[in-house]
Formats: sequence, C-alpha cells, structure tokens
Amino acid sequence: MTLNRLLSDDLPRSKILTAILLTLFVLLALAPFIAPGVNALSVAAKILIFIVLVASFDLLLGYTGIVSFAHTMFFGIGAYGVAIACSRWGATWLNLGLGIATALVLSVLLALAIGLFSLRVRAIFFAMITLAIASAFQTLASQLSEITGGEDGLNFSLPDMLASGYMYVEQPIFGVSISGRFVTYYILFAAALAMVLALLRIVNSPFGRVLQAIRENEFRAEAIGYRVVMYRTISSVLSALFATMAGVMLALWLRYNGPDTSLSFEIMLDVLLIVVIGGMGTIYGSVIGAVLFVVAQSYLQDLLKLGSDAASGLPWLAALLSPDRWLLWLGVLFVLSVYYFPNGIVGRLRNRAAGL
Amino acid sequence: MALLSTTDLSIRFGGHVAVNAVTCQFAPGTLTAIVGPNGAGKTTYFNLISGQLPASSGSVTLDGVDLSRLSASARTRAGLGRAFQLTNLFPHLTAVENIRLAVQASRDGAHRRGLNLWSVWSDHRELKDRASEILNAVAMQDRAEIVVANLPHGDQRKLEVAMLMALEASVYMFDEPTAGMSADEVPTVLELIRKLRQDKRNTILLVEHKMDVVRELADRIIVLHNGNLVADGDPATVIASSIVQEAYLGASQGTKPHQATA
Repeated sequence: MTLNRLLSDDLPRSKILTAILLTLFVLLALAPFIAPGVNALSVAAKILIFIVLVASFDLLLGYTGIVSFAHTMFFGIGAYGVAIACSRWGATWLNLGLGIATALVLSVLLALAIGLFSLRVRAIFFAMITLAIASAFQTLASQLSEITGGEDGLNFSLPDMLASGYMYVEQPIFGVSISGRFVTYYILFAAALAMVLALLRIVNSPFGRVLQAIRENEFRAEAIGYRVVMYRTISSVLSALFATMAGVMLALWLRYNGPDTSLSFEIMLDVLLIVVIGGMGTIYGSVIGAVLFVVAQSYLQDLLKLGSDAASGLPWLAALLSPDRWLLWLGVLFVLSVYYFPNGIVGRLRNRAAGL
Repeated sequence: MALLSTTDLSIRFGGHVAVNAVTCQFAPGTLTAIVGPNGAGKTTYFNLISGQLPASSGSVTLDGVDLSRLSASARTRAGLGRAFQLTNLFPHLTAVENIRLAVQASRDGAHRRGLNLWSVWSDHRELKDRASEILNAVAMQDRAEIVVANLPHGDQRKLEVAMLMALEASVYMFDEPTAGMSADEVPTVLELIRKLRQDKRNTILLVEHKMDVVRELADRIIVLHNGNLVADGDPATVIASSIVQEAYLGASQGTKPHQATA
C-alpha cells in the first residue's frame, strides 16, 4: 500500500488521530484559498515552520532521549543563512542557495562538535552545555552587528519570483491572486510535508529503532554492540539539519531575521512545550502540537477579548479574561494538557484506540 | 586451543582487590560454571571480560585477539555475548522488537543495517523472521507483540537469554540466568542454555548459585574466593574438594590460591 510506504509503515493507529491529521492536511494545503488574509496565511505559514522545527526536536528528545537547549541555535543558523546571504550578497537564487548550503554546513559542524565533545557526559550536563552554547551563540549573533545586523536584525528581499508584488497569473483564481507570496507558501508547504515524511522514515528505519533502544536502555544498547555515542551524534546532526531548514523556511516567509525571531530562549521553551503537548516520540505529535500552540498563541487574545467583553457585567471575570492575560491562560492550558495527557495528545489517542 | 582466556586479570577499587590476577582459559564446546560466595568477584570478573569495567591490569583474549583495550560494545561485536543478572531489556518496546534489535546487532553485516537511515524497519523481513524464530525457540511466539514492561518476570528472563541467542556470539556469559524465576520456569531456561551448548564452536560461562543447576550443566567449575581463583576442575572433584566446601561456606578466610587437581 503506497500510503503506508509514504508513512514508513507508521500509521496514526487511531481513527480520531487519522481524522485530525487529514483535516489539518487539507486545511494547510488549501490555506491560501480558505483564509487569503495576510494574517491568517502568516499563521498557517508559522504552523508549517513550527511543525518542522518541533518534529526535528522530537527526533532528538522523543526518539533519542537527548535533552538539548541548543535547538533554536540551528533554527537561527538557517534563518541567518538566508538573511545574510540575501542582504549582503544580493537577492538572487544562487545567493539564496549558497546561504542555505553554508547554514547547513555550519550546523553540521557545530552539531558534530557538540555531539563528539559532550554526548559522553550525563544527560543533565549535556543539557547545561547546550544551554551555555546556545546563549553564547545568541550573544554572538547580537554583537556581530556588522554581519548579523545586531539586535535590529536584517530586513532583506528575496528573488523577485518570491515577492508579493510578483504576479504569475494576471487574473486571480478563485479570488486568490497567484503572487510570489502564494508560491512561497506552497514552497513552505511542500518542504514541511517532505521533511515530516523524511523524519517519519528516519525514525522508522533500523537506525531509528537503535535510537529508541538507546532512549530505553543506553547500557544495554551498548552491551549488544551498538556504538551509542556515534548513534547519538548522528541523531543530533540530523536533527540540527532539519532545524536549520525550519529556520530557512522562517526567513523565506518573514524576509526578516533577528535574534528574537529565531534564537530566543522563548522559542526553545515553546518547542519543548509543543513536543510534550503533542506527544514525544511520535512525530505526528509535533504536527498536532504545533497547530494547537500556534493557533492558541495567535487567537487566544482575540478569544479572550470576546470573553472579556461578554463578561463586562462581572468586572473581576472581565479582568481575568483580559487579552493581556493570554500567557496565563496558555500556561493553564499547558498544565491541564500535561496532567490529562501525560503521553501527549497522540499518545492519549493511540492508547484510546488500543483500548487502554 | 582456548577460545577465550584471561591473563592476570585484576581490578582494584582503591585498596580493595576485587579480582586478583585471574588467569584462566575457556575452550570451545565447554560450559564453565563460576561459583563462589557472595562478594567473591564473580560478576566483577564477568564485567572485566565483557568490558563493563576497565581492568586495572591483565588482559582478555578472544580467539587470539587482545580485547583489553576495547569498549564493551566493541567486545560484543567481536563475539562476546553477555546476559545480565538484573533483567536489562528495552522496557517500552515489544518482545519481538527487543529481539530484532539484537538480531540487527548480530555479527553478519549488522552494523550496516543499524546505520541504515532510509529503509523501513518492517521491510527487513529477514530480521523479523530471525527474531520470530528465536522467540519460537524460547516458546514466546504468542507474546511477541507485548510490550516488555508488561511481561511477567519469568518471560523477561527468557527474553534475556533470547537476546543473547540473537547476537550469535562465540562466547555466551550468563549471570544467574534463573534468578527470581519460579521453579517451573527454570527448566525452560536451562534447556535454552543446553541448546546453545550443542554448538561446539561456542564456549559458555555461567555464574550460578544453585549447585544442582551447576552440577547438571557444567563441564567444569572454577571457584572464585575473595577475588582469587581458588579451584578449577571437573564438577565432581571441585564440589567434593575441601577448599570449595570451605570457601562456599565462607568458614575460613585464610584461603591461599591453589588448584584442586582434576
């Protein structure tokens, strides 16, 4: 069965999960037609970017059991690769490609260095080392303003064919103009789809099973003959590559990059939350988690405003529902979801389907 | 010709010598039981052979190759298979996946498969077939799809043996394989070990407390006491020797290392 092959024999294994994934797939695939507004399309693009970023982190945390706080560093490298190439060298396809290639090479080298030097130490020390490296990198990026644009970041333009003003077809189709923006969205969509499928393939390969064995029992994996450090290092490098590509997607969409956009520790925490909410070690969890999180982040304020207005009769409730409190409510949602779905949403749905 | 040998193998923890200059050869086609009181250094000796602990001095040789400087995983790849005293599996994977991981790690071209990033795991029929074959051999085919953490202790012990079988090693090391098993499950595990022994290319090392098990399986017994090799010979002689009686009961501390003649 071809769909089974495409999903690497790792089907959702739950009817509800299948339905949710199919719905999300259709919505994201048709987003420019369903929600042609600039904001709505940006939310959809952000979802695509986060799906890749979180899924790549799931390879590391969920499948290999490595806790790293340097994941957004690779995200940032991807975004800066595009930003620096296009702003310093000029907006051509060649420069864009060179920027992406440079970013990928830099990420591989950094991930290799971190892996070989520090994956031998215990998990908690590894986490701390990555934390230190990530903050050093963030400082570096904001200090080297000659190259990175410092705190202000870089605004840049992409090759013309990706610009919003570039029209592929004179007349709008179904009321949607086929602009560079439209094409960029579908590039992101295709990239996200391909990368999620690639990650599914990797985690379901013989290599992926060894990663799971290492996560489950590192000592025994070593004792049956697997070189644990090598497997962990390869997993870190792969995960860094996918995170870099997520960064590239971010830069392509925003045509801007700065330290707060791609390197901030806040994004790292968001990624951690999403992977836990969605379900670690499932890949599908990153899709569902990313959608929930980005939608909540984007629309919770609007929703709260509605609630707050409706509750204007009760001042204390209105104050509690004020749009300014959206982070509080996001926190409450997170605590509730961890409490009720310790295996994440995907784990919960699969257990339910298995009758547990 | 010895398949496995240790020469002056020692480990010191501070001032305490846990294993003291143990020199011993293990021939193919034999099953050697390692006995001794608690704390005699049996498991430590195992750890030195399999590389879980680095030796302070001495060497381990397999088939003429010096393994002393290799890591535990490299020794496994060289052909040392080790089962553990405490069950040590991949708890959240199914029984068959546990075995498949060991099949994948087994010697023929396995690491190529382990590094295969782009094929679907379930396509490797030969891995699955071999794993099912081994599960059949331990009479667990009906529990193949159960997550290991949910299996009873006896089944986990059997899987521990099955995992070792899957490695297709040339040296099999069992550390109290029947520990904590109910009486009716013990024969199954012993039967498995007996089967492994039929292959005359292999040598089997067995740490065991139950003397009836030792008597039934072993071709040879070596006795460790306070880290020293104090007796070595065929089971009847060693068990009868006064030094073993003494060492086993732990009555005397003044044992000097010397050989009981076989």
